[in-house]
Amino acid sequence: MADPMRVRAAENGGTVDVKILMKHDMESGQRKDAAGKTIPAWFISTINVKANGKDVFNGQFGPAVSKDPFLNFKYKGAKGDKIAVTWNDNKGDKRTDEATVS
Amino acid sequence: MNQQRRSVLKYSAVFGLMASAGLISTVQAQEWNKAAFEGKGLDDVFKILGAGSPDKSAAVTLNAPDIAENGAVVPVGITTTAKAEQMAILVEKNPSALAAQFFIPAGTDAFVTTRIKMGQTSNVYGLVKADGKWLMTVKEVKVTLGGCGG
Repeated sequence: MADPMRVRAAENGGTVDVKILMKHDMESGQRKDAAGKTIPAWFISTINVKANGKDVFNGQFGPAVSKDPFLNFKYKGAKGDKIAVTWNDNKGDKRTDEATVS
Repeated sequence: MNQQRRSVLKYSAVFGLMASAGLISTVQAQEWNKAAFEGKGLDDVFKILGAGSPDKSAAVTLNAPDIAENGAVVPVGITTTAKAEQMAILVEKNPSALAAQFFIPAGTDAFVTTRIKMGQTSNVYGLVKADGKWLMTVKEVKVTLGGCGG
């Protein structure tokens, strides 16, 4: 399974600022290796974020998103909310990490 | 074939039909939009997203550097005063124009920031779908070192 994501969620004035740093090579499928063969595309394709079980964000990435994808968004929430971030990649790998809003 | 398998097949066929007809939007949000991400040019992607010819709007702001030193990591953000349900980042000169798209449920701000790869200096488009209408803004981002690994 992949390396853990870093999830930071801080509430201020009723809005929770969520910053996520995922660990993933995000191969665009454009690069060639030393032998000249194209390195196949391998990238996170969908991201789902739930707070207390409810969807607060859904994203879809293409291979043009940078390595170790960063995501920042904000939703109306409260301290103590349980955030769960799940990503799926184009090879069928997936990962979920959780955090609590501080 | 036994009755249970028959009904599972029947329901999944109906479900599939409904999803393709756009009746189930949560399924849409979760299913990676292959066609959109494989669209080559801007107009192609606009069409696939159902954006047609989006109107340029001052309500949409694209946060991106004027010059990106490293094309492999260009911070880009979209924010809008409109009630966005969907937002997308497109890079005109990338091999595939659509870099990322986001679905904003009620209660989430119309704001997102991420980092993308840009192959070369190009116009970057921030698209927003609000109230069923597509709006956009565009900014040229200069790239000194291309980000597709050439």
